[in-house]
Amino acid sequence: MADPQKPDGKPAHPYGKRWQRMYHWFDRRTGLGSLMHEALDEPIPGGARWAYVFGSVLLFLFISQAVTGIFLSLYYAPTADHAHTTVAYIVKEVTGGSFLRSLHAYGSSAVVIVLLLHLTQTFLYGAYKGRREVLWISGCALFGLMLAMAFTGYLLPWDQKAYFATTVGTNMASEVPLIGSMLKRLMRGGNEMGTLTLSRFFVAHVFLLPAAILGLIAAHVYLFRKAGAAGPPSEDPVKPRLPTQRFYPRQVLMDTAVALLMICALGALSHWLPTDLGPKANPADTQYVPRPEWFYLPIFQWLKYFKGSLAVVGIVIVPTLTAILIIALPFIDRRLERRPWKRPIAVGIYLAILGTLIVFGLLSKRDDRLDPAIAKQVAKQQEETGQFMREPFEPEAAASSLSAPTATVLDPLAVAGKKIYDGESCDACHGENGVGTSAAPKLVGATAQKSADEISKLLRHPTAKMLEGEMKAVDVSDEDLKALVAYIKSLK
Amino acid sequence: MSEADRTTGLDDVSSDAKSMTKRSFLGVLLGFGTVVVGAALSVPLIRFALHPLLTTTTRTDWSDIGKMDEFASLKAPIKKLITVEQRDGWRKIISEKAIYVLPMKDNVLRVLSPICPHLGCSLPWNESKQQFICPCHSAIFTLDGQRVSGPAPRAMDDLESKIDNGMLKVRYQYFRQLIPTKEVLA
Repeated sequence: MADPQKPDGKPAHPYGKRWQRMYHWFDRRTGLGSLMHEALDEPIPGGARWAYVFGSVLLFLFISQAVTGIFLSLYYAPTADHAHTTVAYIVKEVTGGSFLRSLHAYGSSAVVIVLLLHLTQTFLYGAYKGRREVLWISGCALFGLMLAMAFTGYLLPWDQKAYFATTVGTNMASEVPLIGSMLKRLMRGGNEMGTLTLSRFFVAHVFLLPAAILGLIAAHVYLFRKAGAAGPPSEDPVKPRLPTQRFYPRQVLMDTAVALLMICALGALSHWLPTDLGPKANPADTQYVPRPEWFYLPIFQWLKYFKGSLAVVGIVIVPTLTAILIIALPFIDRRLERRPWKRPIAVGIYLAILGTLIVFGLLSKRDDRLDPAIAKQVAKQQEETGQFMREPFEPEAAASSLSAPTATVLDPLAVAGKKIYDGESCDACHGENGVGTSAAPKLVGATAQKSADEISKLLRHPTAKMLEGEMKAVDVSDEDLKALVAYIKSLK
Repeated sequence: MSEADRTTGLDDVSSDAKSMTKRSFLGVLLGFGTVVVGAALSVPLIRFALHPLLTTTTRTDWSDIGKMDEFASLKAPIKKLITVEQRDGWRKIISEKAIYVLPMKDNVLRVLSPICPHLGCSLPWNESKQQFICPCHSAIFTLDGQRVSGPAPRAMDDLESKIDNGMLKVRYQYFRQLIPTKEVLA
């Protein structure tokens, strides 16, 4: 690490004296120099490699997901009534909305892909060996949390596929022995899927999980720096011997180059092939064939083979054992040998798991294609989604809109009374449909206790208090008064 | 990257001067690329956030009043109810508003807002007196909406109207009260 030009480890300043003085002024007060040194001068045994970029790319993708997510929430409302409308508004009306939502949706897939690459690289390079157990476990926890992010985020648009995929997903939780049914109700906020489910998933997706992920990323990076970069498979994981190269600039450049390439690819995909939104969730639809996001397809397929009482094996026991096996890997595989060709059993098991997942994913696609009933329904669902995407955005009628209160006026006498109510400008003070204004009290509910005669009398001869409030005696024919009273009494 | 390249790139073996230039150059390249992509990405983000400011949110559409022949032989102002749709982001608020259609004069149909320019009460048409008389503070207007007496600071407000395919349409708007000139409320 010795570098004669910078004995203190601070970056040099080829930008002239003034800049240097400013930098030193700032550095003395903030410690920026040592911070940058800590962040950028990490030694990498054997030098920078393209194989090491995945961790940084994941961090970058997480930031991208956070930024796009925060922006999306500008127009989103997490209730069963509004969620779908607001997402449709984002996709169909808001400037750049479809692009941003696609970036977020494709970003979640990219996270899963890069997570798998990061895991595969760490595994093949044996980079979990040599006092890196806690580092490995923190990575496993991050993997789980990221999958939870994908699961919770999938429900938020509240379209058909979101609703039904989550119905299946939460149903699976009920297979957990003893606490299964409680777990399911906890996730759903009740027995059925509903607006409370959406609230819970939203809170998990935007508050709880991101907070946990942020904390774990900090721990993961700290533990990585503590253990030191492992270097190539030929390197000793505890006492590195190879000459080192600093993280900056070569590795930083590689990381940034891949991250930029990634965001450009995601941007191009989002621009030319934006993700779609299906019709609003319809819980009464019994035909709908739910399919999870592509990275959950292997599990989905896997579960088909465990029917009836065996379901607990497929849903709980095997996945739990697999997870334990992966988490415990650095405790089970304690040899310091890192070269993959010298670890045939470990590498064989890893590739077998990965291969099984890929095969199951492909089988799931094949099953859907070969079953004519399902293929037809899936095609129909795609057509419905395409149809919905072509329709212009339909804003949601606000609760205070006209259609709701007038629908309750059914009595023809009351309908005639409404004309008089509006014609005599009663609405000027008592509000549209008698809801009241600052000038006069509401009539809704206030007149239910009084008889028609009493109301007629008050309208013809207002009390002193009413006159004081500028209420004038109603000057209409007896017939019209009857209608007006009927209308006022109908206000609820 | 070639093997030879990687070896020379290592800190311990590189010559200082060469390493310095390389570092600065790569740093500049890196910074430049990041700034360009960052700027390109922030454009859709900013446009997304500014959407409500970039589009005309107070878009008031034309509302139907009724077929033209209905108003051809009017003798007195007639009160009609129209439905007005206002957009509030992803919501729409549909409300019913009253307007007056005046008897045709010189082949022109005028549409008046029934809102008193004094304090905003609804003005009823008084058939026997042939005047608009405000029930709140007794401002009085003629059949044409001209001010006769009372506290109103100006005549009744005209609403923009048009005839489209034999249908009389109006653009409903609110106007500022208590001032002598007609001024649209945003």
